Amino acid sequence: MIRAPLRPLARILAARRRGENPDAIERENLRLRHEAMRDRARRRAEGRLLVLAALFLAGFTVIGGQMAVLARSEPSEPRAGAGGARILTQRADITDRRGRVLATNFDTHSLYAQPHRMIDPEGAAAKLAGIFPDLDAARLTRDFTGKRKFLWIRRTLSPEQKQAVHDIGEPGLLFGPREMRLYPNGRLAAHVLGGTRFGDEGVSAAEVVGTAGIEKALDARLRDPARAHEPLALSLDLSVQAAMEKVLAGGMSIMNAKGAAGILMDAASGEIVALASLPDFDPNDRPAPPTAGAPDDSPLFNRAVQGVYELGSTAKTFTIAQALERGQVAPDTIVNTESPMKWGRFTIRDFRDYGNELSVTKVLVKSSNVGTARIAVETGAERQQAFLKSLGLLDPVPLEITEAGGSQPLLPGNWSELSTMTISYGHGLAISPLHLAAAYATIVGGGRQVTPTLLRDPDRAPGPRVISESTSATMRDLLRLVVTEGTASLAEVPGYAVAGKTGTADKPKAQGGGYHDDRVIATFAGMFPAHDPRYVIVVTLDEPVETSGSEPRRTAGWTAVPVAAEIIRRTAPLLGLRPAIEQAGTAAIRRTSN
Amino acid sequence: MMRSLVHVLTALAVIGLAFWAYRENYRTQEALARADRLQSDVAEARQRLRMLSAEWAYLNRPDRLMALVEMNYDRLGLMPLQPYQFGRIDQIAYPRPEPDLTITNPVDVMNDGERP
Repeated sequence: MIRAPLRPLARILAARRRGENPDAIERENLRLRHEAMRDRARRRAEGRLLVLAALFLAGFTVIGGQMAVLARSEPSEPRAGAGGARILTQRADITDRRGRVLATNFDTHSLYAQPHRMIDPEGAAAKLAGIFPDLDAARLTRDFTGKRKFLWIRRTLSPEQKQAVHDIGEPGLLFGPREMRLYPNGRLAAHVLGGTRFGDEGVSAAEVVGTAGIEKALDARLRDPARAHEPLALSLDLSVQAAMEKVLAGGMSIMNAKGAAGILMDAASGEIVALASLPDFDPNDRPAPPTAGAPDDSPLFNRAVQGVYELGSTAKTFTIAQALERGQVAPDTIVNTESPMKWGRFTIRDFRDYGNELSVTKVLVKSSNVGTARIAVETGAERQQAFLKSLGLLDPVPLEITEAGGSQPLLPGNWSELSTMTISYGHGLAISPLHLAAAYATIVGGGRQVTPTLLRDPDRAPGPRVISESTSATMRDLLRLVVTEGTASLAEVPGYAVAGKTGTADKPKAQGGGYHDDRVIATFAGMFPAHDPRYVIVVTLDEPVETSGSEPRRTAGWTAVPVAAEIIRRTAPLLGLRPAIEQAGTAAIRRTSN
Repeated sequence: MMRSLVHVLTALAVIGLAFWAYRENYRTQEALARADRLQSDVAEARQRLRMLSAEWAYLNRPDRLMALVEMNYDRLGLMPLQPYQFGRIDQIAYPRPEPDLTITNPVDVMNDGERP
């Protein structure tokens, strides 16, 4: 690098000649050189600052641009997301208490047509009518050759039908994917499950909407996308339900009944293990609702829940339980049972004359209307009403199916003293078999209110106390006596210590004006085992006649009770209940080991 | 000298990193494609599972099982579960030891003449 010399000889000599100090020249030059160096350094620093600023600007631009892109772009799932969290079905499965499928979804296809894309509309119409016998070829031809651009032909297709339609080779016939609700067990538990239909339909998907039963009542839960993958577990047990339906159907035909209902309920939690109503239907092919005739003639009618009947003497249990709870009577108190009993211009009779007086125990065991009515009069109308309300007998049952709203009990308009007497033995108050099951569970299961449920929930909190533990124990003993020496003797199932009460009520005439004298509702409400009730059973037969004897018998003891006993014999082993030797009274038999 | 070495090393590092980034990019894309494939496999398997479980439930419906039991009654002899079929463990006898009938030691058979 060539530098300007600090002491240029020419200037030094000239300065010496003039007598100046040559060092001044050197300092001058040194100063100039330093100034030049300073300027260079400043320029370089400025350049660097500029580069740095440019870099920062670029950085901020990139970050800002990225932020703008993120803010403007549509959010999307990361591609490497977990596979398990995907929504698989649009409607959750329904299973029984042990996880066996009651309702599931099935992938199938729907068939639709776009006539303007068809090559041979007449031929396609003829071939379609050949595949589906219920379609009309002439009508299809009219649709295909008309002005329509789109029409549905079938909602669902089987794989064979789909292949057959595919083989027609018509480009105007198209398939759309469909998810179809399938009830693999057919008629089993049809009244609980209800049914579904297609809601809003599109080419690529269709909504499945519940129309009845639990499918409708819990529609929102079943369609909740967040819970669609976890099945809804019911409290029903598939095998117990099947056994009950089979026995009930057999009993219904033997007893010549036109309908039957059965409920088996866990006495402690209120979980319904089996609920049947006959005649039934196939929820896969749900019949149309009836437009004429009585509602209970339709197979859609759920007798166990919607059928509000006067359930006869089974209600005596409530009267006696209340009297015992109040301390008004003890089991051995003697009651006047002189029949017939006159009250104003009304007469109350017993089925047979049981003599002039009976103990309270015998009133229940022999089922004396007169004795029960006398006890109820003493209790009073208001207390009776309050007690029945605390048992849940005056309100619809809050069961998780839509039909439960139809279980509103029929009450007397004016709860007079006469109503009190008739209601005490089961006339004048119409309730459903489900009400009866819940109330019996409350009375025999320790006295806390039991609310029936269809959902699997083993840890339900017990309801408020209705009667005391000791009254509950007394009622268990009394109801056991009804079976061992009273009207329900055919309910005895060795090993299971059945206890319960029969009820036979004349059916009211449909057009009003009194009761039929040859049509009854026969009911058995009971529980087993009597010393520690695990299950409550209610069996109701509609218009049963037992004709094996010399004259037709209609009382519940001859009709509903044998059916209930057979149900217990079949279902108790399925429920894992081991037959036990009954403990006589309070003296417990101890097993000693040697 | 030192400085040019640093330059060369830096250039090499940049080339190496670029190659690494290039390879990682392709590996990521391949992994994503594989994840997609697996997910569609899972979805397909789930769909098959649903189909099969529906079919299982249909084939095990109580009506059909009862009909099958009745059809095969002479071979299987199945009856509904009855209360008397419950037992206690102490009601079951211990299996008896099998009597030992095998003869391992030789047996002498002798004929000691005619008897009167």
